[in-house]
Amino acid sequence: MSTAAATGPGVPENMRGRIGMASLIVAEISFFAVFIVAYLFYLGKSTTGPQPGEVLKTPIAATICLLASSVTIAIALRALRAGSLGGFRAWWLATILLGAGFLFATALEWHELIHERGLTIATNLFGTTFYSLVGFHALHVTLGLCMLAFVLAASLRGRLQPADAERTEILSWYWHFVDAVWVAVFSVVYLTAR
Amino acid sequence: MAVLDRSLASSSPGEAVRLPVASRLHDWVVTADHKKLGLMYIASGLVFFLVAGVMASMMRIQLAFPQNDFLGPNTFNRLMTMHGTTMVFFVGMPMFFGFANYLVPLQIGARDLAFPRLNAFGFWMFLFGGLLLYFSAIGSEGLYGAGSTPDVGWFAYAPLTSRTFSRGNATDYWILGILLSSVGSTATAINLVTTVATMRCPGMTLRRMPLFVWILWVDAILVLFVLSPLTAAQVMLLFDRFLGAHFFDTQAGGSAVLWQHFFWFFGHPEVYVLILPAFAIASEVIPVFSRKPLFGYPIMVAATICIGMISMSVWVHHMFVVGLEPGANTFFAASTMAIAVPTGIKIFNWLGTMWGGRIRFRVPMLWCTAFLVEFVLAGLTGVILATVPIDWQLSDSYFVVAHFHFVLIGGLLFNIFAAIYYWFPKATGRMLDEGLGRKHFFWFVLGFNLTFLPMHVPGLLGMPRRIYTYMPGRGWDAWNLVVTAGVAVQAVGILFFLWNVISSLRGGEPAGDDPWDAWTLEWATTSPPPEYNFEEIPTVRSRRPLWDLKHPEDPDWRWE
Repeated sequence: MSTAAATGPGVPENMRGRIGMASLIVAEISFFAVFIVAYLFYLGKSTTGPQPGEVLKTPIAATICLLASSVTIAIALRALRAGSLGGFRAWWLATILLGAGFLFATALEWHELIHERGLTIATNLFGTTFYSLVGFHALHVTLGLCMLAFVLAASLRGRLQPADAERTEILSWYWHFVDAVWVAVFSVVYLTAR
Repeated sequence: MAVLDRSLASSSPGEAVRLPVASRLHDWVVTADHKKLGLMYIASGLVFFLVAGVMASMMRIQLAFPQNDFLGPNTFNRLMTMHGTTMVFFVGMPMFFGFANYLVPLQIGARDLAFPRLNAFGFWMFLFGGLLLYFSAIGSEGLYGAGSTPDVGWFAYAPLTSRTFSRGNATDYWILGILLSSVGSTATAINLVTTVATMRCPGMTLRRMPLFVWILWVDAILVLFVLSPLTAAQVMLLFDRFLGAHFFDTQAGGSAVLWQHFFWFFGHPEVYVLILPAFAIASEVIPVFSRKPLFGYPIMVAATICIGMISMSVWVHHMFVVGLEPGANTFFAASTMAIAVPTGIKIFNWLGTMWGGRIRFRVPMLWCTAFLVEFVLAGLTGVILATVPIDWQLSDSYFVVAHFHFVLIGGLLFNIFAAIYYWFPKATGRMLDEGLGRKHFFWFVLGFNLTFLPMHVPGLLGMPRRIYTYMPGRGWDAWNLVVTAGVAVQAVGILFFLWNVISSLRGGEPAGDDPWDAWTLEWATTSPPPEYNFEEIPTVRSRRPLWDLKHPEDPDWRWE
């Protein structure tokens, strides 16, 4: 980084990343809010079946995976701060595996919905709003996994030091945000379907 | 080698090395410098402004006489759509980001934005979004297989945008062009929010920050909140058009009104996104030319934040004629009137700044003074339209068109002209010509009022907007002719402006560092500023650091 990008005096260097990420999260929240509003607005307004209650199963395993990954990423960061690169890699890898597990569960769910229940994005309003909302969340999980994998690769090549803990933490904010969106999606989509 | 030889040959002491054109162009393309990106934003905004202005003039020629056949209905719809879309997304937005880019780091004593490369990304996304929109004219398959620009209006109401009613790809170009530039705008907004939060020079507390920076900061935060809902709604529309989804498909239970809600939840705050930079400019120019510090600084900050917050709860006033329940209409009528309060506070503070000042009516100040008058008129018709029963009568008439052109021209464009006259010397090192500037001012203000004051009347007489022609004998004929004549007068003003810019760039009077005897940090560095802005990062002790420097016997900080 050139001097041109230096943070103003008296402001810690990592503040730039923190505020930048927080701003991105604000923009993302209003993006998801619109899909959530659309889902709730069209709940029960599909003119044809299937309805959510008939086809949706509560994704317990996927939810546990994703919530647990927020814990493991926090433990990984604590290990990095403590200087334990091995511990960091192990817990970071666990986070990636849990995230991948979530995606796998979503894939199984979609496979069943599409091929056995015949629900696609074009079937009815439920399919339209369900696949858009859950799909955009899954897309964010996928992007998050790519970034997590990038950090893991950097760590395995010895490019990540305990001094980078602050920057790595900013990435973890994104991961926690994706997790929080899932809590909203879970409440809006799956709890209302029961 | 040729490059090296040539630059060696031409470099004499005291003369800057002039690189070949290709190298200079390359510099502009790869730059991450906030000043170059700012100028590119403003320049591309001006080009889009001229294009969209020509479109408006063509529509006015068509409407000058009843049953005119200068334009056909399809062409008219395309021009109307492209004029609105361009002016909002590719003129108003780049003007905001251009001035913010150029001036925010200078005014807070920083050397660049927080994320310079993200800044370049934002600009190129904006520019290519605009080019993609215009590429539709040749690239998109329209109804008859020929190229067609979008023709669904800048609001793109459902179900007009469904595959059934909008065949070909013109609407997709509308979606994708705006979507791309919105991604760039969000990136730049993130950048600005972070810059103001983290990059201020020593001593520049939030209470000492120039109001210009304050307002643009609030504006950038507002962009974060309201732009991604538009992106989300446009993605839904894409899903409807390409994947057979049913978001806005009324036959499958979808709602066309939901699109209106989503669009205007973005669309109305967008008006404030566009007008806040105008407020920021006026808050900078009026004090300097009244030779007084800004009146009521903390109240101005509070009013700005109020406007930002209330602006997100007024959108339904675009939808009174939809037929929502009275409770909703009442709430949104009240919130719309409420937003006039902080706006009115600003007007009074600007007047309070001028009151008792030694006002210098140079060209920037002329524009800001005219802005005060025109913007009060715009606000008055705004409050009139917020009244639900009156809106039922006037909605979708030329009264509304006159109202929002008063806001966006009398409010926004006047201040953009003020800003160009005010900061041109800083950016180029040369003054714009005062005489030509005055001609530009008088012709344009005259033309503006000749166009948009009479335009209220055909609206009151029932002339709907978005029509490509009308029958004679309804009492609209003479008014429309006057309106079109006004456009010609405005065009003369614009020609003076262009002439002024081009001739002053070549041979304008050298400006020096601080031609206006101003007080904020951008005037402390050279004109144009060096790439690093400040040799030494300045330290400020008050809201007017340059006043402190020039008047050590009576500095502002003694009174803070």
